[in-house]
Amino acid sequence: MHNNNYYIILFYTIHDVLRAEKVLKQHNIPHELVPVPRNLSSDCGMCVKLYDDINNALLLCSKIDIAGCYNSEGKELKEIKSI
Amino acid sequence: MIYLDNAATSFPKPQETIDSLNRFVTKIGGNPGRSGHSLSVEAARIVFDAREKLTEFIHGSDSERLIFTANGTDSLNLAMLGLLNQGDHVITTSMEHNSVMRPLMFLMKQGGVELSVVQCDPYGCLDIDKLIRTIRKNTRAVVINHGSNVIGSTQPIDTIKEAIGDIILIVDACQTIGSLPIEIEKDNIDIICFSCHKSLYALQGLGALYIRKGLELTPLKFGGTGSKSESLEHPDFLPDKYECGTPNTPGIASLFGGLSFIENEGLTKISQRKRALRDRVFRGFSDLDRITVYGDNGKNSILPVISFNIEGKLPSEVGYILNQQEIYVRVGLQCSPMAHKTIGTFPRGTVRVSPGYFTSDEDIDIFLEAVKKIAQQ
Repeated sequence: MHNNNYYIILFYTIHDVLRAEKVLKQHNIPHELVPVPRNLSSDCGMCVKLYDDINNALLLCSKIDIAGCYNSEGKELKEIKSI
Repeated sequence: MIYLDNAATSFPKPQETIDSLNRFVTKIGGNPGRSGHSLSVEAARIVFDAREKLTEFIHGSDSERLIFTANGTDSLNLAMLGLLNQGDHVITTSMEHNSVMRPLMFLMKQGGVELSVVQCDPYGCLDIDKLIRTIRKNTRAVVINHGSNVIGSTQPIDTIKEAIGDIILIVDACQTIGSLPIEIEKDNIDIICFSCHKSLYALQGLGALYIRKGLELTPLKFGGTGSKSESLEHPDFLPDKYECGTPNTPGIASLFGGLSFIENEGLTKISQRKRALRDRVFRGFSDLDRITVYGDNGKNSILPVISFNIEGKLPSEVGYILNQQEIYVRVGLQCSPMAHKTIGTFPRGTVRVSPGYFTSDEDIDIFLEAVKKIAQQ
């Protein structure tokens, strides 16, 4: 069961979201595509949500331009500057 | 019915094209990348998968540099208008289609761009030394028709790029993609432009271009991209920089099917079959009297695109009679007046016959018999 701690990775384009999805699927890293939370961006697109493996996920997505990475620790999503 | 106009649009389409289109239209139908619901995401996956597959097909390394457009003309307009500025010099050849010539004429007359057209020989061959002598200090690009839509002649892209060095090479591959192997990075193509409804077996209304890494164009269209929606300015990241508005997702879905078909059959097998059909037409013509065939009979003209005339008959008359027998060819100038001047058939034009992968030997024989009868009349 998932706990309340999760991560959000934002990308600039849906193309990059789907590139990330492809690479995460290839490496069997559980994730979801969810609408971008409004408090992070007014963008109408999608982003990647995952519950763990964030370091591995970011490593796998290192060739993709990441617009931001956030952690839900506590009640608010906080930007992770570096992992 | 015998369809011999595949150089304009391939028909029929393979089952893979129909199945992929059908799946999109009946089961998905959403607007790609515009909403958070599953059908929108699934539509975006279709666009993504087709973009990846097409990039792989042309041996590109980065699918975000593959831009979908409305057709080959649209791709060429973006490449030339997005690249050339006032004071630039551009070189092209006398074998070009109007999709190259008209944007270049516009740039020359209204954009302050200098234009040189290198004359090819009557077989469509380009003298590369002549091309080199045309280069000036301000030559920014060379635009080359990879395969002629009039006589099926081809140009040696890799040799041309080697000769022009750092000058940007824009290739019009509308007739060659899906018929000949293309490796954009190996051939050092800077920008390749093509349509998807010919030998990639997609629906009409879809084209693409691939822009090599490090090269940026000025976009020609601005608008909604589903990204950076809070901004009033158009994004500068790819592919959104050059794509806006709802894309032709049904067309893109059909392209995915078309590429799957090519993958299943094998490009080599498809190329060989087309070559065999082309040879069958040439052989058949050589037995007929009062027929003039253009091009160099297989030395350089290797595509299944053959132009001919019948002595004493106008191309339109020939086309009319063939049409009555449900044999469909294209007559006239095929939107390439300069190519016709080069091969000596302007303004009369030619009858163009372009078999496709689904054309049978029997179709060609029936066509040849019909031409023979017209020539005897």
